[in-house]
Amino acid sequence: MTVAQANPIRAAGGPRGEGGGAATRMLVEVSDLSKTFDVSAPWLNRVIERQPRRFVHAVDGVSFAIERGRTLALVGESGCGKSTVARLLVGLYGPTRGQVRFDGADVVHTLQHGDARALRRRMQMIFQDPYASLNPRWRVRDIVGEPLREHAIVTDTQALRERAAQLLQSVGLAAADVDKFPHQFSGGQRQRISIARALATQPEFLVCDEPTSALDVSVQAQVLNIMKDLQRQQGLTYLFISHNLAVVRHVSDQVGVMYLGRLVELADKQHLFASPRHPYTRMLLDAIPDIHMTGRSRTPVQGEVPNPLNPPPGCAFHPRCPHANARCKAERPVLLASQGVAVACHAVAEGRV
Amino acid sequence: MNAPSAPAGALARFFDSDIGYSFRTSPVAVAAALVAFVCVFSAVFADWVAPHNPFDLATLELSDARLPPAWEVEGKSRYLLGTDDQGRDILSALMYGARISLFVGLASVLVSVIVGVGLGLLAGFVGGKTDAFIMRVCDVMLSFPAILVALLVDGVGRAMFPDAHETLAFAVLIIAISLTGWVQYARTVRGSTMVERNKEYVQAARVIGVAPLRIMARHVLPNVLGPVLVLATIQVASAIIIEATLSFLGVGVPPTQPSLGTLIRVGNDFLFSGEWWITIFPGAMLVMIALSVNLLGDWLRDALNPRLQ
Amino acid sequence: MNGSAPLLEVRGLRVEFPTRRGTLLALDDVSFDIAAGEVLGVVGESGAGKSLTGAAIIGLLEPPGRIAAGEIRLEGQRIDHLPYEQMRAIRGRKIGAIFQDPLTSLNPLYSVGQQLVETIQTHLPLGAAQARQRAIQLLAQTGIPAPEHRIDQYPHQFSGGMRQRVVIALALAAEPKLIVADEPTTALDVSIQAQIISLLKRVCREHGAAVMLVTHDMGVIAETCDRVAVMYAGRIAEIGPVHDVINQPAHPYTQGLMGSIPAMDSDRERLLQIDGAMPRLNAIPAGCAFNPRCPQAFERCRRERPELAVARATRAACWLNVEASVS
Repeated sequence: MTVAQANPIRAAGGPRGEGGGAATRMLVEVSDLSKTFDVSAPWLNRVIERQPRRFVHAVDGVSFAIERGRTLALVGESGCGKSTVARLLVGLYGPTRGQVRFDGADVVHTLQHGDARALRRRMQMIFQDPYASLNPRWRVRDIVGEPLREHAIVTDTQALRERAAQLLQSVGLAAADVDKFPHQFSGGQRQRISIARALATQPEFLVCDEPTSALDVSVQAQVLNIMKDLQRQQGLTYLFISHNLAVVRHVSDQVGVMYLGRLVELADKQHLFASPRHPYTRMLLDAIPDIHMTGRSRTPVQGEVPNPLNPPPGCAFHPRCPHANARCKAERPVLLASQGVAVACHAVAEGRV
Repeated sequence: MNAPSAPAGALARFFDSDIGYSFRTSPVAVAAALVAFVCVFSAVFADWVAPHNPFDLATLELSDARLPPAWEVEGKSRYLLGTDDQGRDILSALMYGARISLFVGLASVLVSVIVGVGLGLLAGFVGGKTDAFIMRVCDVMLSFPAILVALLVDGVGRAMFPDAHETLAFAVLIIAISLTGWVQYARTVRGSTMVERNKEYVQAARVIGVAPLRIMARHVLPNVLGPVLVLATIQVASAIIIEATLSFLGVGVPPTQPSLGTLIRVGNDFLFSGEWWITIFPGAMLVMIALSVNLLGDWLRDALNPRLQ
Repeated sequence: MNGSAPLLEVRGLRVEFPTRRGTLLALDDVSFDIAAGEVLGVVGESGAGKSLTGAAIIGLLEPPGRIAAGEIRLEGQRIDHLPYEQMRAIRGRKIGAIFQDPLTSLNPLYSVGQQLVETIQTHLPLGAAQARQRAIQLLAQTGIPAPEHRIDQYPHQFSGGMRQRVVIALALAAEPKLIVADEPTTALDVSIQAQIISLLKRVCREHGAAVMLVTHDMGVIAETCDRVAVMYAGRIAEIGPVHDVINQPAHPYTQGLMGSIPAMDSDRERLLQIDGAMPRLNAIPAGCAFNPRCPQAFERCRRERPELAVARATRAACWLNVEASVS
């Protein structure tokens, strides 16, 4: 898996107009990443009912790269695998195939045989549910201080408390909040506590799994603003997972669109929103209700996301695609870059769209 | 700074909290707590509270044997609830007996909780074959009636250590009773652990790099203990009753340290000769303790329930 | 709007929750109308009281919540304190309901057809065969392919979007005049959401039903509604035609809300943010509920609670408009 395949945009002389030598600037590189879950019935049931083993290809051959200090957003609907990608990147799951490289080193290898501690310090994660991502029995100072204690960055109790207070203040909360319990905070405040915890070890890379999906719009604005400020101040790199294209447009530099475990389009934000190539991306953009662009003409949306246990053969999107032909039903399209945009679509490659 | 007023402060906070409110407004809970408190207090402080020491042979007077309770014609006010065939004051024997019963009951529940919660945590967190194995062990344990298991372990213990020291006899008894109780905790905790394990605060801890054992102990355990408290309260009652049954059958506590069950057995022989007080009062005490603890456990379960959701 | 009486009139609705720590006021003097065939959106953030408004109208307030004051009139008839049986007759026949979670809205033990037919026969004088025909028609109208076959299937055999279509069919089964939809598309994927929104609009127009659409998603409101009411802390902050509320909001809260939504057509570095959070029910400020967070608050806002008053194209509960019109 070459650098070119890992980041087709860069290799194609993407928006910056540079080619090789890009590997050193990429903080995160993902190549042919795949994760298959075994969802077979229990052994006894399988034997008695003669059922075959069943697998879900939650992530199937995904490749991309993220530059230091920038934000890549992954969008898609339910079952597209974006949350699984997030967890693969931080090592919560091990990949079935493929590789994740962080600053040049293989993540799985480092976690198992190398300096796992150091790696964990450098990458952290923010989760979707503000109510489940903080231990309800712990005080905020312990929650935010846990990474510090775990990595022996700060061990003295008093110093820990002060550092936790500092971290809370950096996300817009009061220093006195360190002694409270999570249930005393609102959803947006809890999400800020999660951010403070993630920043405790001064990481370089943050994986954000739908961090604002559970929040009200005005609270979402606060959290997104904070995240952008922090990125600017600390030079953070984000992988931002979301199903909300409007939010993605606001926070990201690059956008990857996923469908049934596969990456169908990967492009700079401007390119993707101004001229989406892949039929699924177009359908998504068309489908979003937007408060200022109402009543526009739309291509009618067909069908629903298929069952991930039985993905369609060939291109996963072909049953819903207005441009599908025989080749689409048989052959799976590869992510190909052209003019700074990578698309996995036969119709685009053949110039039919 | 706040140390002296901390307990008072905590108590005030308790009574003002939702659970405290639920307690204050439930007459059953308050009554049960009162009864339980009286029984436990007199048992724990039997040395000071009991009017006599029924096990100090020097203080026994055979002439005072088989006296009925004080309100009966032949009773003496010295022995409020009468005496048994050896002149032991029933009231005092109740307190000392309750002490033994409570000790065995609480100790066996403690062992059950430690073993059950530990195995449940392990099964729920690790999953896979470990989980399957532990659950099968649970299933096997449940298919044996509690008393039979206790009898079996007790019998084996006695056979292995025929001249058992008293402490050993207690240990065997406590193990026998706790073997029957741990399964409930294991199952409940396993279920809760499986739910908590998938919650994002556990995943966050894994991403931070916390070791699995530490995650289990510091993150998951505090969140799964709620139902355990309710179960344990109710199980204290059943542990006491199992111990009483075993002692009644003669295979429980050593005879030199009679528990309520022993007293009931001893008194049983005198029931038909009209000396009812020797067996009835220990029986009533047993029922009071078990009932009040059970009612407290019921209340606790209901009080904690909406907040558990 | 024509001059005839509105289909639904809500006047001074007050919903309280008595708790042991005092009475919480969840809805405070809420008033609005819905005309026949109109789609009114009720938008607000969590805790604003929009779902409670819908629940109060359908008569499904969870005790100890209760309607403490005010009137709800449907076609002129008061429905806020009807006895259970009468309310049950109205619910379904005159008011249909669509809830957020299609999984729990349908009974998993009965086939879709059985549930439809039961609703139809409860409210309309149709025989079993006629009711079944009507059920098939409804399923076809809501875009379910092969309805004669699918009518006998069970809810778990439908996907999420399909189930929501069935729920819409169920809500329309007895030809209600008013549909109350509480977050009907929130649990669905974006692409399905678009389908369901356009479906809802179409079938309600075809059946001549008015819709009260409760949601937090302003985009959905913009696509579907004729008018919208913006709720804050149990009160209506602003109400008016949808495009006027979005493009010319008169209330500072609405302005902040519109500004904090990331839109597809603009490229701002920072989103407009409203500092602070909506007050909890037991800590609603005196005067205007929004005043602690309002960048334009002045003395009167802290003392007196504003009523809904005309402000350019909408009606807003804000002293700024009154001051402006006076000066």
